[in-house]
Amino acid sequence: MAAPAPSAAVPIVAVPPPTAVTGLALKDFRNYGRAHIEAGPGLVVLYGPNGSGKTNLLEALSLLAPGRGLRRAALAEIDRDGGAPWRLEAVVDANGERVEVETGRDPDAERRFVRLFGEPARGQGALARTLGVVWLVPSMDRLFQEGAAARRRFLDRLALAVFPDHATTAGAYEKGLRERAVLLRTGRRDPAWLGALERRMAENAVAVAAARRELVNGLNRLLLDGFGALPRVVLTLEGEVEAMLDAMSALDAEGAIRDRWRWLRDADAVTGGSGLGVHRSDLVVADAVSGELAARCSTGRQKAMLLAVTLAEARLRQARLGDLPILLLDEVAAHLDGERRERLCATLVDLGAQAWLTGTDPELFAALHGRARFLAVEEGRLHEHD
Amino acid sequence: MASIEIERLVRFLGRLPGLGPRSAQRVALALMKRPDTLLRPLADALTLCADRVRTCGVCGNLDAVDPCAVCRDPERDRGTICVVQEVDDLWALERSGTYRGLYHVLGGTLSALDGRGPEELRIAGLLARAEAAKAEGVALEVVLALGVTVEGQTTGHYLAERLTPFGCAVSRLAQGVPVGGEMNYLDEGTIEAALRARQRIV
Repeated sequence: MAAPAPSAAVPIVAVPPPTAVTGLALKDFRNYGRAHIEAGPGLVVLYGPNGSGKTNLLEALSLLAPGRGLRRAALAEIDRDGGAPWRLEAVVDANGERVEVETGRDPDAERRFVRLFGEPARGQGALARTLGVVWLVPSMDRLFQEGAAARRRFLDRLALAVFPDHATTAGAYEKGLRERAVLLRTGRRDPAWLGALERRMAENAVAVAAARRELVNGLNRLLLDGFGALPRVVLTLEGEVEAMLDAMSALDAEGAIRDRWRWLRDADAVTGGSGLGVHRSDLVVADAVSGELAARCSTGRQKAMLLAVTLAEARLRQARLGDLPILLLDEVAAHLDGERRERLCATLVDLGAQAWLTGTDPELFAALHGRARFLAVEEGRLHEHD
Repeated sequence: MASIEIERLVRFLGRLPGLGPRSAQRVALALMKRPDTLLRPLADALTLCADRVRTCGVCGNLDAVDPCAVCRDPERDRGTICVVQEVDDLWALERSGTYRGLYHVLGGTLSALDGRGPEELRIAGLLARAEAAKAEGVALEVVLALGVTVEGQTTGHYLAERLTPFGCAVSRLAQGVPVGGEMNYLDEGTIEAALRARQRIV
């Protein structure tokens, strides 16, 4: 018997669809008593009047990644008024596999619990391995007008998506800085204790700076190609420790930082911080073609630049960790004119990631009709609309 | 309502690590149900410990004799001191049965935020031991077996610096792949540490 001829059209290896949240149940979450949505791998548009709960839904999705979510809210703040501790149940399709994720506020421990397939997971690290989430929210519109602290936070959050250890190292550094301030302030000037602390902090500082540098270099490579109609953006890291790594080895930089900190002790005792360290770095964003700084650009152009950085972040995570994160884009269309909006929609379709977009009016996303799922949000309720 | 005696017992039990008010009640009840096999023997054991167990004046271990049995053991290698945070860390090392040197129990780690400095830990005693070894001409190695935490690392750096004048060797335990561990299940930080501490075999 002759073997059946292989069909030329069937690929031998199926490429798994991009990571997507295909189901999400919210319980006592913000203005949602109980709600459930299902989604496919592509684009989802959430529309509805202000205050209807669109951003709350994005916040819920952002809490499927480690951390405090896109509002950086305290855990108890998220509880629905008069409700039980909040709780989310999600189905995530990651690398062709289906993962059941649960998270919520643990009322006993005042922290977030995480369960995978109903089994308690150790810490939030398991979330990072399951799903990447990147977001752009209106509060980030002020990023270029605010102080450097906001931009460092932005940078470190981006770094977290690519270097899972970054948060631990950055946290250890911040804690060291606080410990050193206590020692300097209380006059407990034990030189050996301060020296030991500064040595550990120098290790952390160099690790933080190295991760940021690698992140910025990786993003710049992707930003150079550009994302459809979005502006070409170039990122520059400004910081003494980061600059040291251009000039010397990590080990020499650690030594140099320790020497400087030893000399700075008296001055730092007065300020309560330190004149040197990765807590003083800044991120400068500029147009790669004109060189114009983002801080001097129009609101619409700033938004477009941030979008480019967000998409580069998604691509970088894909290159480093193998999966595209989901994108949460809150009110991104508001500042863009019709043509830019259409081109943004096309760029998102090209990217292929699951993206959740919000807007007050579904017509803002007219270009996506037939290519996205439209959900109407109304006072904590969701309606399908097609 | 429970009697005053039982309530007092529950209150004390509830202060123990790992026990909350509910579990303290459950423990108290279990004790009371077995007065001869559990309650009385436990009370005797507690009394005996309260009467006899002391902190070793040399190393900080807990024992009925001072110096403790480990410090007195003539079979032990006097040229090695293993520094641990707490007595249960010492017990863990003893369980392994492979370490034959002496110990030094610090009683915690340095933490400026918790107000725990060198004076609050048993550090002066360790330095005195290093000094004595130097005076006696004993080649001493101090092995730091502290937790791989932010505080543990700072404490390690601190001890290394303070021990330098006594000319003793200072080492720390290796960090990396646990025995019986699969690479697949290690977190990124552990893999990084293991890579950094790799050993050449050929």
